[in-house]
Amino acid sequence: MLTQLIFLPLVGALLVALIPRGRPDTVRWLGLLVSLAAAVLAARVVGAFDASSGGLQLVERAAWIPGLGVGYAVGVDGISLLLVGLVAVIFPVALLGSWGSITERVKAYTIAMLGLQTAVLGTFLSLDLVLFYVFWEAVLIPMAFLIGVWGGPNRRYAAIKFFLYTMAASVLMLVAILVLHALAAGQLGERTFDLQRLAEVRLDAGVQGWLFAAFALAFAVKVPVWPLHTWLPDAHTEAPTAGSVILAAVLLKMGTYGFVRFGPMLFPEALVAAAPLLAALAIVGIVYGAAVSWAQTDFKRLIAFSSVSHLGFVMLGIAALNEQGFQGSLLQMVNHGISTGALFMIVGVLYDRTHTRELADYGGVAARMPRFAALFTIVLLSSAALPGTNGFVGEFLILLGAFRVSAWWAALGVLGVILSAVYLLWAYQQVMHGPATARHPERLTEITPRELLAFAPLVALIFAIGLYPRPLLDRSEAAVRAALDRLERPAQQRIVPQAREPR
Amino acid sequence: MTSIPPVPLGLLAPELVVLAVAMVVLLADLWLPPARRGLLVVAAVAGAVAAAWLGLGLPDGVGFAGTYVRDGLTRAGQTLALAATALGLLVAPEYLRRGGLDRGEYYFLVLVAGLGAMLMAASRDLLLLFLALETLSVPLYVLAATGRGSVRSQEAGIKYFLLGAFASAFFLYGVALVYGTTGTTRLPEIGAAFSAQPVSASAAAGVGLLVIGLGFKAALVPFHTWAPDVYEGAPFPAAAFMSVVAKIGAFVALVRVFPMTLGALALHWSALLGALAVLTMVVGNLAALLQTSYKRMLAYSSIAHAGYLLVGVAVGTPQAVGAVITYLLVYAAMGTGAFAVAIALERGGAEADRIDDYAGLSARAPLLAVAGGLFMVSLAGLPPTGGFMAKLGVFLAAADAGLPGVILALVGFLTSVVSVYYYLRVAYVMFSPAPSAGVTPAQRSGVVHADATAIAPGSGTAGAAVRLHASPLLNLAVLVAAAAVIQTGILPSTVAALGAQVAALLR
Repeated sequence: MLTQLIFLPLVGALLVALIPRGRPDTVRWLGLLVSLAAAVLAARVVGAFDASSGGLQLVERAAWIPGLGVGYAVGVDGISLLLVGLVAVIFPVALLGSWGSITERVKAYTIAMLGLQTAVLGTFLSLDLVLFYVFWEAVLIPMAFLIGVWGGPNRRYAAIKFFLYTMAASVLMLVAILVLHALAAGQLGERTFDLQRLAEVRLDAGVQGWLFAAFALAFAVKVPVWPLHTWLPDAHTEAPTAGSVILAAVLLKMGTYGFVRFGPMLFPEALVAAAPLLAALAIVGIVYGAAVSWAQTDFKRLIAFSSVSHLGFVMLGIAALNEQGFQGSLLQMVNHGISTGALFMIVGVLYDRTHTRELADYGGVAARMPRFAALFTIVLLSSAALPGTNGFVGEFLILLGAFRVSAWWAALGVLGVILSAVYLLWAYQQVMHGPATARHPERLTEITPRELLAFAPLVALIFAIGLYPRPLLDRSEAAVRAALDRLERPAQQRIVPQAREPR
Repeated sequence: MTSIPPVPLGLLAPELVVLAVAMVVLLADLWLPPARRGLLVVAAVAGAVAAAWLGLGLPDGVGFAGTYVRDGLTRAGQTLALAATALGLLVAPEYLRRGGLDRGEYYFLVLVAGLGAMLMAASRDLLLLFLALETLSVPLYVLAATGRGSVRSQEAGIKYFLLGAFASAFFLYGVALVYGTTGTTRLPEIGAAFSAQPVSASAAAGVGLLVIGLGFKAALVPFHTWAPDVYEGAPFPAAAFMSVVAKIGAFVALVRVFPMTLGALALHWSALLGALAVLTMVVGNLAALLQTSYKRMLAYSSIAHAGYLLVGVAVGTPQAVGAVITYLLVYAAMGTGAFAVAIALERGGAEADRIDDYAGLSARAPLLAVAGGLFMVSLAGLPPTGGFMAKLGVFLAAADAGLPGVILALVGFLTSVVSVYYYLRVAYVMFSPAPSAGVTPAQRSGVVHADATAIAPGSGTAGAAVRLHASPLLNLAVLVAAAAVIQTGILPSTVAALGAQVAALLR
């Protein structure tokens, strides 16, 4: 079932490629239908998922490159399940949301988006390190094209910077994977990249530290953890709206997912040792991102920097290494995907009409677009973590987890909550209220039903998660416990001496 | 008393097929009307494919007084050489017809160069290796100069010939020194002699000179300086062919000489080859960053790939050597493919050699642009393409071999990050809208201006329009190369057999 889910969008992309030229509407509809079909499949995965188990479920394995010990292995647990759900929701929304803004080369665009969905799903579901790396890198190609072909005026620079920055860190992870494989071959007596087998390998602290550093660097660039965030504002600013939505909602989560998935499983001691450093960087990121957001004059850049701040929260929860922190982080990954994805779409709605992203070019928009104003308010409050919206639950859990480790962490983190309210409300005020100084008032037409439809699932989730987060937390709880359990018991107690039956 | 050794011609069947087809092509050219020259290519490609099929079925054997061997490495190397030859033949006719160069000699020379590479794979003796090297090289010198109307092509041919002759002299001197210390030119006996006694200075110098001779063909830094000039001057199809076939010949010979013959002395040469590999990867990739000419960029790219390949030879484990073979196969596909895309284009009667010439390709020829993008992504070593899997295989073997190997893998991957910059730049140009200068909207929509043909060949001006030519054979070459790149990227096991039989020789 997971294999079908991963490759369905790719098959859809191939179908889209067969549509003759000059029929953009057919392409749009087919793209949307494929992503909706993937959402249905994802819903079936959620239905088949057993929340009481903390292990990996629905595992599928096949031989892939036996000569190198590389296998095809996919599986889902509470950690990846939430992100798969997020991907399933965000892609149809992003595709629908871009119907108005992408008018050139619609076919190539749709193919890139669907290919991206396959790569992202594969990243979250892979249980083999080489397979994981293949998907992880494969994400870059369609994303770099989305930025570089459909992006803003400075798109080529942003796309290449995005690509090189993330890839430079990723190849270090690949070398670490190869070294881990070589060490494991000595201990396990077989060549394997299987995550569950590699988790049995006992690594001494020095090696573990180096390998974790390589993995952590790749993930930290993706998150992005301060001070590795400099690619993000450029990529976000130049990307087309849907590109920004996917980038913020899904791609950044690949980094935080990597910490939660691989840290406890492969490098438990190193993760514990690095936690204070990660927390410190996270806190700097929270405050720095918020402060810099406040100083932006470009609306999209403002939201890009707010991602640095929000992802700082996620990292803080991970660094807390306790149940509240992890749970809060997982939930906040989903929340940030919804809220920030929606915020980028808000900017997109304005940009499609006026073709400017400067805050100063707007003013008094609320009077011309009242329904849009209401929508913006909801999204804004969710991003600022107002109680009753999804953001509140996640940030509250993270701060709770952080507080249990150190009151200082929580205190500094709260500063970020306040600042985020400040810059978001400030931006809202600049754009929506005040005198009608918008540069192109005549173009500010009310939001269309199609645009509203694209927002609908996100708004529904904002309130659903805000009021009743249990279904999500229940599903991740067992997996989070299992991950934390690995941190508490040293690895040598887990090692299974020899001779497992070959798979 | 010397007796003539037995002549086991059956052992040579694939080579004989290639030779026969080459002769037929050369002679048939005299009688065939120009309009039917396409038959020559078809015959030549069929010959290459038949020889490859024949070679894969032949059993192992040694012949000609122990100078010739047919084993796993021979089979793998010959299959690679013939695949490269077939691709090299397919990309040529469209270009040659356009430039008025369509003669049977071209295909003859390609086949003979392929024959040279085949013999290099089968050489078990340094003298036969030298002869094979020359059989490979001399046709390549001529091919570089086939652009008769172009001064730069002549220059490329002369430059390649002079430097190549120099490198051959180094190689021969190396053979002499090795013979002087061991008393033999047979590789297995050399290996035994080297293992039996401490390595003398003259023996080490001899082996070093062999490295220079082969390193020149493979374009390893610091023996690479000819490559960008020769590629730039040589006609596109000739550059495409030589970049691939010379690499196959040289690397198969390096595998034969180092891991297979001198395996016991790995301590002495692996550090040297490793250092050369690092140098080649770094210099090749950094220099490629600065190029605006597509050919020069591909020349430096081929240098960089020689560096990745050399990592596998330097590591020298069975796994690494098997990975080198797979890498060569993938490189043959993506290297030729990258050139083939450019061959389909022409600017004002000249080659479309500026990277900017590819602007707007995606709008005019979407499939060609997709293929071009695919080759760039694969050359950059990104998944899910063969380029990634090939690199993974080599660097995985390196990482398995201990800390020096890990460092080689690290350098290899970091330099591939650098390479992403110049490959993706080309891919972006292909997928970006055409600039207003040079290509008018009419041409972008496929309408070709008649006046573009008025410009004489070889005198392309910068402002001239870029035109698209595609012939069935060229399309076939692009298709085959693209399919190979995708297949080796998604299911690399399907081509692992070639490398595995080479690895088995070392175990």
